[in-house]
Amino acid sequence: MSALTLEPILKGRRSQPHMLIETLLDVQESNGYVSTEDMKIISRELGVPEIEVYRAANFYKALSLKPRGKNVITICAGTACHVRGSNLLSSQIHGLLGIGPGETTADGLFTLEQVNCLGACALGPVVVLNGEYHDHVTPAKLKALILKAGGQEKQAPGKKRTPVKASARKEAAACANGKKRHSSGKALKS
Amino acid sequence: MPTVKNATALEKLSSPESLEALRKDIQARSRQTKITVTMCGGTGCCASRAQDVMDALRSEIKKNRLEYDVRVRITGCHGFCEQGPLMIIDPGNVFYCRLKPEHAADIVSRTLAGGEVIEDLLYTDPVTGRKARTESAIPFYRAQDRQLLSLNKLVDPLCIEDYIGAGGYAALAKALSGMTPAAVLEQVKKSGLRGRGGGGYPTAKKWAECADAPGEEKFVICNADEGDPGAYMDRCLLEGNPHLVLEGMALGALAIGAQHGYIYVRNEYPLAVRHARAAVESARAAGLLGGNILGSEFSFDVDIARGGGAFVCGESTALIASLEGKVGEPRPKDVHTVVQGLWDKPTTLNNVETWANVPSIITNGGAWFASKGTKGSKGTKIFALTGRVKNTGLVEVPMGTSLRTIVFDIGGGAPEGREIKAVQTGGPSGGCLPLSMFDMPVDFDALREAGSMVGSGGIVVMDDKTCMVDVAKYFLTFLRDESCGKCSTCRLGIDRMLEIVTDITEGRGRLEQLDLLTDLADTVAAASLCGLGKTAPNPVLSTLKYFEEEYRAHILEQRCPAGVCRSLIEYSIDAHACTGCGTCARACPHGAISGGKKQPHVLDASLCQKCGICISSCKFGAILVA
Repeated sequence: MSALTLEPILKGRRSQPHMLIETLLDVQESNGYVSTEDMKIISRELGVPEIEVYRAANFYKALSLKPRGKNVITICAGTACHVRGSNLLSSQIHGLLGIGPGETTADGLFTLEQVNCLGACALGPVVVLNGEYHDHVTPAKLKALILKAGGQEKQAPGKKRTPVKASARKEAAACANGKKRHSSGKALKS
Repeated sequence: MPTVKNATALEKLSSPESLEALRKDIQARSRQTKITVTMCGGTGCCASRAQDVMDALRSEIKKNRLEYDVRVRITGCHGFCEQGPLMIIDPGNVFYCRLKPEHAADIVSRTLAGGEVIEDLLYTDPVTGRKARTESAIPFYRAQDRQLLSLNKLVDPLCIEDYIGAGGYAALAKALSGMTPAAVLEQVKKSGLRGRGGGGYPTAKKWAECADAPGEEKFVICNADEGDPGAYMDRCLLEGNPHLVLEGMALGALAIGAQHGYIYVRNEYPLAVRHARAAVESARAAGLLGGNILGSEFSFDVDIARGGGAFVCGESTALIASLEGKVGEPRPKDVHTVVQGLWDKPTTLNNVETWANVPSIITNGGAWFASKGTKGSKGTKIFALTGRVKNTGLVEVPMGTSLRTIVFDIGGGAPEGREIKAVQTGGPSGGCLPLSMFDMPVDFDALREAGSMVGSGGIVVMDDKTCMVDVAKYFLTFLRDESCGKCSTCRLGIDRMLEIVTDITEGRGRLEQLDLLTDLADTVAAASLCGLGKTAPNPVLSTLKYFEEEYRAHILEQRCPAGVCRSLIEYSIDAHACTGCGTCARACPHGAISGGKKQPHVLDASLCQKCGICISSCKFGAILVA
């Protein structure tokens, strides 16, 4: 982002070093990551040495120094979700998309993130896909979500089928339509 | 909506009397509302499509022309997330659960217009099969003492009028009309309130130290960086009733002599961030925050700061560093934060639940609060009951309630007739306690003595399908990732402990490693600076203490009794049970299962990653784990 587009984020925070984390979070939110360019601008405008900006951007998990994929899958790895099998979900993603936590697929379609707890423990395992919360997620549900978001199965070593079988796609579509999950942590209209 | 919601914008309140007048006015208006539909809009219910139900309900109400008689109130979390989306209809306190958008038409035409209770939407007790018409008839709620949580269903978190109507800010008004800061402190001291964030430090002692610390400028901080996995009561309180937290902070600031406060809230809780921000704004507009609150000499304001997703920032000094815009690393506490905290000024830091307890202590008196709980731990505590248990959700009980009551009476025991073998309390700093200790009263001291801790109040239930060595490994992995790396004992010690535990789970373990593990644990606990390192060995030590036989089975017999540790198990398909439906073959992400239609399938062990996805997909129990 240029200094101009960062303007609304920087407004009211200039020369206030303690606003660093808030500023970085806002940049992350609006841009999906914090670029080197952004860090330079923030350093200058807030009056924080560039190395401190970089250190903070590197330290906090919510901040990413690399662009993320079009779809961000967040798997909750809290204790309650772990006990209910959230590791199956990471395994499913690794099998389907070939990525681990913090990685993005080569086509830039998916990024997998793992968080320690989303605070929806009663509904575990919980997965957030592009800001929408999904509860009691099973590997099958997750597969349906990924296929719906445009994912293609990575060719598994033992299988001789092309990316996604027509029947599997249909099944996934039916599953995704029938049990459409949405809404979300988005604002509640009241 | 025709209710208080759209009442004229609040004018700045200039005195405690004007607050009382407003409260009366709000209550009178509320009585005009014929029917109130309360819907839970917490993170949990939203994940269960509550928003769709609300939209459908609103359009049905409109269709039936009931807009003038019905108020739809969207509140914070009610705690029984498992049954969400939830709805309470007043009059009658009718409790509906597991709602779907298609239920909306029936609810409006039959219940709202017709006054009829729809049996199908009521909660069914899984044990007796009986329907419960109201919340109080449900065992999950009946066995609780919901002092803090019960307020959630009365309050729309975005509506300060709701909070005032429910008695909000009365404690602040009381304190400002004649109580000295010392008198406020005295009531908190009498209450015996101890910090709800994990440490259990006496709140009044902390406040008094801060009040006595030299300096004009002082701060209060609300720690809402609830990083403990498996705990979410702080999210629920801040999201559902943010004014309660603000009022508690204002009372604390009055007692201590602070002029400014911060709420440090996790970025992973977007709804809590939004509600807290809105609450601060509306409280400012109403003159309940800012200069000369309610016309008094007392001025106090609050800002919201978001965390960056670092577990260590739940630690007071790391949190303060983060608030100052720095990397969240803890510092030695030879000078306490009550003397030198934020910007080296005296600072009182308490967690959300601690602040939320303060208003009722001032309203009802410290003695009232102290009448609940045990000798050393007073009042009620909210626990997050999760894991392998039927009724998951938030549970508020008096301190000293037994684990058995919490897990079996309120939680309803394990699902699918499994056997509960342990609970894990206190998150990564806590420990695992076996079934034999379930009669122990849960309070700060009893749990610490048993090698665990109350922590922030997460209770994760584990059954025979949970491997305790794997649990230890899970927490060590968590702590290794979250250690800030400042102290070498924490940074390296946790890593070495994880190495040993990983060896054990992968069949390379040796018996003498168990002693080494204990040694390492002692060193990490003794030589680390902050709470993260000091308590990091608890999950290992407590599982070793109570479940040593599981460690031994892994080491001596190369066997994982729970069938969890991948290196020690083999998957195969029972040819007799397999119907050849092909579901597992489609589900397997690794392509390890093959077979013709209606033919028993086979599993290729060389491709199998032992992820267990096939087990969860097979309806015939044909996947075997050995």
